[in-house]
Amino acid sequence: MEALTGILMASLFHAATLFLLTAGLQLTFGVMRVVNLACGTLFALGAYAGVSAVHWALSRGVPVELFPLVLLLAGIMVGLIGIPLERLLRTAYKRPEAFQLLLTFALVLILQDGLRLIWGADPQQTPNVATALGSVTVFGTVVASYTLIVIGLAIAIAVGLGGFLERTQAGKILRATAENREASAAMGVNVPRTYMLVFTIGTMLSTAGGALIVPTSAASLQMGVELVVEAFAVVVIGGLGSMKGAAFAAVLVCLIRSVALSTFPEMEILAIYIVVVAVLMARPSGLFGKRYA
Amino acid sequence: MKNPTMPAVEHALPATTRPPRKAWPVVLHVCALGLLLAGPYALDPFYVSLAIPFMAYAIVLLGFNLLFGYGGLLSFGAGLFVAIGAYCCAALTRLGGGVAFEGMLSVAILTAIAIAVPLAVVTCRFTGIFFGMLTLSFGMLFHSFLMKFYIITGGETGLLVAQPTLLGMKFAQMDRMQFLTGPFYFYCTVLLTVAYLAMRKIVDSPYGLHLMASRDNDVKATYLGVRVQRVRAVAFVIAAVYGSVGGAILGVNTGLADPELAYWTHSGHIVFMAVLGGYQEFVGPIVGALVFTLLQDQLQSWTQYWRLWMGVVLAVIVVAAPGGLAGTARKLFDRSSKS
Repeated sequence: MEALTGILMASLFHAATLFLLTAGLQLTFGVMRVVNLACGTLFALGAYAGVSAVHWALSRGVPVELFPLVLLLAGIMVGLIGIPLERLLRTAYKRPEAFQLLLTFALVLILQDGLRLIWGADPQQTPNVATALGSVTVFGTVVASYTLIVIGLAIAIAVGLGGFLERTQAGKILRATAENREASAAMGVNVPRTYMLVFTIGTMLSTAGGALIVPTSAASLQMGVELVVEAFAVVVIGGLGSMKGAAFAAVLVCLIRSVALSTFPEMEILAIYIVVVAVLMARPSGLFGKRYA
Repeated sequence: MKNPTMPAVEHALPATTRPPRKAWPVVLHVCALGLLLAGPYALDPFYVSLAIPFMAYAIVLLGFNLLFGYGGLLSFGAGLFVAIGAYCCAALTRLGGGVAFEGMLSVAILTAIAIAVPLAVVTCRFTGIFFGMLTLSFGMLFHSFLMKFYIITGGETGLLVAQPTLLGMKFAQMDRMQFLTGPFYFYCTVLLTVAYLAMRKIVDSPYGLHLMASRDNDVKATYLGVRVQRVRAVAFVIAAVYGSVGGAILGVNTGLADPELAYWTHSGHIVFMAVLGGYQEFVGPIVGALVFTLLQDQLQSWTQYWRLWMGVVLAVIVVAAPGGLAGTARKLFDRSSKS
């Protein structure tokens, strides 16, 4: 039971950050029909920014309790890079889908070396902030408070995002633009501005996810390209463009991975992709997705 | 339904509807082949050794572009079959020294077909972004297999590929460099020529027309009796065969089967080469492979941040010259010949 709760909490923690990453991917695809290959690299950018923010906060003597907030803010701030990136991407909106994909691949190459230029090639770690926050006992198992805080934050962001999309005027505009770009433009929606907003929010979600993971694992150049693989699994299982799907599939993927890691470690990625292929064979549009192609 | 992937107008006309062949393309082809054959006598050995990966990628890309340029299917998992080619060479090396390169090639091709057929059945049900994501997934699946089952595959370090025999000849008295820039170079030139001519035939055949019709309007093609999924699956398998041949050459060239060959960023580089050269032109991917190899080498010797500049080049191509180098050259040539 204890081991089970431990595994469950660890997978939920990873699912929380993975959800933030894929939520960004889903939002961008849902509205703009652009699959962002650079989402993982943006996640890594958030992680590096998180490391720097923690070092800065430590030197300023910020109390430990505020660190989750510092990390979240660092992730959101660095997500502003989405604005210039969208400017670049804008040049390819009228080109075939393949070119948009390639442009985001160009971003992977550029950002990846950009990270290396700024933070160096070695993985960056923070002093152990997560344990400083203490721990609580859940079902007889000791769980780091930080884990619970991140899970809580991810749920709050998911609910907030859902509320924003479903209930607010701006969310309605986003959904309308996703449904039909030309018609909403004819109704007076400023489509370029909407796209910029969507891409920036999407970027912020990815970078925030990266920043939050940093106290428990190092920020490295590899994490960016590696996470893309997991993110794609989540997106395919959940269905492209579906937020609910992303949340569900993120938990599913992380559970599969934890189970595989604790039973057959060789099967880590294989197990995830066997599920991906099975879902695609049975339900090509994913568990919660609409059919796009 | 409007096809969101590839608006038909964006594509060049199929090869067969162009005006009848003139003499000068033949002359150009002979010149290109002559240049390739003269390479080892005229160039610095270093550039001759660069020419082998170029020829390997040229073969990979000829196949890749059948799928992408002619079939409209963007694969982000082309590296999978390149890795299969290299690992087949390594597997034969493990079984015993002095393996014939012809044997390596046949095993690589057969393995590629055996793996590509089931994958083609699954992936060719999809188009557009789904096809891209699915091929990326399969490539990563294979990469993960290579990394984790290290008893068979050597894991992260990969497997060694020995110097093979060519047409039964051993070349034991030569060192690596002499072998690669000598007999192996000419062997690869012949392979590239055969691959090139075979792809010309495929593209100009009725099958090629079926593939292009499926790309431009799959519903209409279906009405006309084209079995769209099967046509696409065949292109997938042909691309896999070309990929494995290129991979076998790469494996012998570096002497190593590296799991990175199956990684998705490597597949991304393959797409990059196709777009750099111009995927709407038959020779575009070959131009792309050549320019990419030279550019990569120059940038690497100049700065350790060469990927950044490669990214900038790719972004500029996508934004400013979507026809790639060959497409832009054709545009300029057409304009100058009109005026």
